[in-house]
Amino acid sequence: MTAYRIRHTASRFLIHLTLAGGSAFMLVPFFWLLSSSLKAPHEIFVFPPKWIPDPVRWSNYREVFEVVSVLRYAANTMIVTIFSTLGVILSSSMAGYSFARLRFKGRDIMFGLILSTVMLPYVVTMIPVYILFTRLGWIGTYLPLIVPDWFGGPITIFLLRQFFRTIPLELEDAARIDGASRPRIFAQIILPLARPALTVVLVLSLLHNWNDFLAPLIYLHKRDMFTLALGLNALQHFESGLDWTHYVMVMATLMVLPVIIIYFLAQRAFVEGIVLTGLKG
Amino acid sequence: MQSSPAQSTPAAQTERGLRFFHRLSFEETLFGWLFIVPAVLGLLFFRLGPVFASFYLSFTKYEIITAPQWIGFANYTKLLKDALWLRSIEVTLWYVSLFVPLSLTFAYAVALLMSRNVRGITSYRTLWYLPSVVPVVASATIWRWGLNPEFGPINYPLKVLGLPAPRWLTDPDWIVPSIVFIGLWGLGNSVLIFLASITSVPRTFYEAAEVDGANGWARFRHVTLPLTSSIIFYQLIVTVINSFQVFGVAYVLFVSNPSASSAGPDNAALFYVLYMFRNAFGYFRNGYASAMAWILFLVVMLLTIILFYSQRRWVYYETEGGGS
Repeated sequence: MTAYRIRHTASRFLIHLTLAGGSAFMLVPFFWLLSSSLKAPHEIFVFPPKWIPDPVRWSNYREVFEVVSVLRYAANTMIVTIFSTLGVILSSSMAGYSFARLRFKGRDIMFGLILSTVMLPYVVTMIPVYILFTRLGWIGTYLPLIVPDWFGGPITIFLLRQFFRTIPLELEDAARIDGASRPRIFAQIILPLARPALTVVLVLSLLHNWNDFLAPLIYLHKRDMFTLALGLNALQHFESGLDWTHYVMVMATLMVLPVIIIYFLAQRAFVEGIVLTGLKG
Repeated sequence: MQSSPAQSTPAAQTERGLRFFHRLSFEETLFGWLFIVPAVLGLLFFRLGPVFASFYLSFTKYEIITAPQWIGFANYTKLLKDALWLRSIEVTLWYVSLFVPLSLTFAYAVALLMSRNVRGITSYRTLWYLPSVVPVVASATIWRWGLNPEFGPINYPLKVLGLPAPRWLTDPDWIVPSIVFIGLWGLGNSVLIFLASITSVPRTFYEAAEVDGANGWARFRHVTLPLTSSIIFYQLIVTVINSFQVFGVAYVLFVSNPSASSAGPDNAALFYVLYMFRNAFGYFRNGYASAMAWILFLVVMLLTIILFYSQRRWVYYETEGGGS
């Protein structure tokens, strides 16, 4: 009995040790990023590394706005994020509702087709879609980043369909007997009930658009159209020598911060989204 | 549909029911299709259509300004002689062969530990997941300096302990392992998925196993592992597909503009998609790049099909297994 207890305690201890060690490994880069963003450039490049900046240069956070158009980039990113997210929520919930609740010929085939593209490598569609947008004259605008989201995404459609199927039919039937039309049922009964699932979609879409790098890289070329991701990349490659490293760190911190805040605010939605879709590898 | 007033005759009921059903089905068909119009258009214009279009383009010479010009298999034969393309395959396969097994075993192991209901589990989960939400550009930025061989926080303990400190991002042999390392930092995603599947294994299975005298290892081997194998399988496929398409990290770390002619020392960071991107958006060789895209697509599909066939041997589905 005591031997069992000792083994039990020892194994608990080992589990804690591993998980805590891993957590530290996960956190160190964040801490280092923050600390570097508050240093003078020459203090970043020292051995042994200084963990606590001395002096703490809060002024970096003021100066960065004079050096880089961070606000402009942030505003651009927000424009793309807001309009894409609106589109993906509207188009995916409509399709999700139809696939979950309406019976019509061809429904299952269409749903199967859409679902089958979930794992389609983006690489294989990238060039023709680019050509399509070139023909439309949309290169250098935000439309290529926004418009595709207004045409549903297989993951979000699937996710919402699964959720809509759990809403009791009786609610809908009652409204139908009262003579409510389909669009009204959708807008006034189904959507409000689907808030948890819509939150998941919202969070996934916010995150995707805020973090996206490839699509802005392909479609946006003018500096004043850049998103934060492009701006941060450009700051490292074109504008700075090593003496701007602290600004790079400030900008990276500013870009990471909102995501972390959203993560803590909507942790449950995050976890559900990840587990439900499980697709973002 | 059971809403007809109770007083009416059965015949009237049936008739009203039929008419109701008829109207309903027309109405359902109408709105059913209306509601999926955007999704169907998206399927056609942004997914299925482009797949076929890029297949066609792969047999053409197409530089946007002039119309595509049919050249048969020329792009494909040219690829076989393209040393950089072969290099990009080498780099990518090296990455896939490191990242897929490492990330899956590592994530599964961590998920197993987390499933042990230890105190503070929520905070562990939160912290482990945190790096997964970091934008790819930001994480590349962090690690560009974090992996700095002289001043970075990763080499610091190695140096203090007198261990060999790799020149992560400047030594060609260490570049792919560095990208794997950065990828492992963002492991939280897979951990969460595994954790969800492990914790959803019904308690009764373990209780039954215990009655049969199964020890810890046996319980893992004969209960946990088979009951989570479908998720392992799924994660395997997703990880393989994503690993073949690494782009952002490598681009931010080693490439400065679309037509840059190298990717790291000795092109050690020339990932497949990076080279394809350069051809498409740096040199505007859209036919050539489409051929690359299709080869990657075929390889990924083939791998997926092989995995699907192999799953019969090792993936356990509760619904078909007679034993459950």
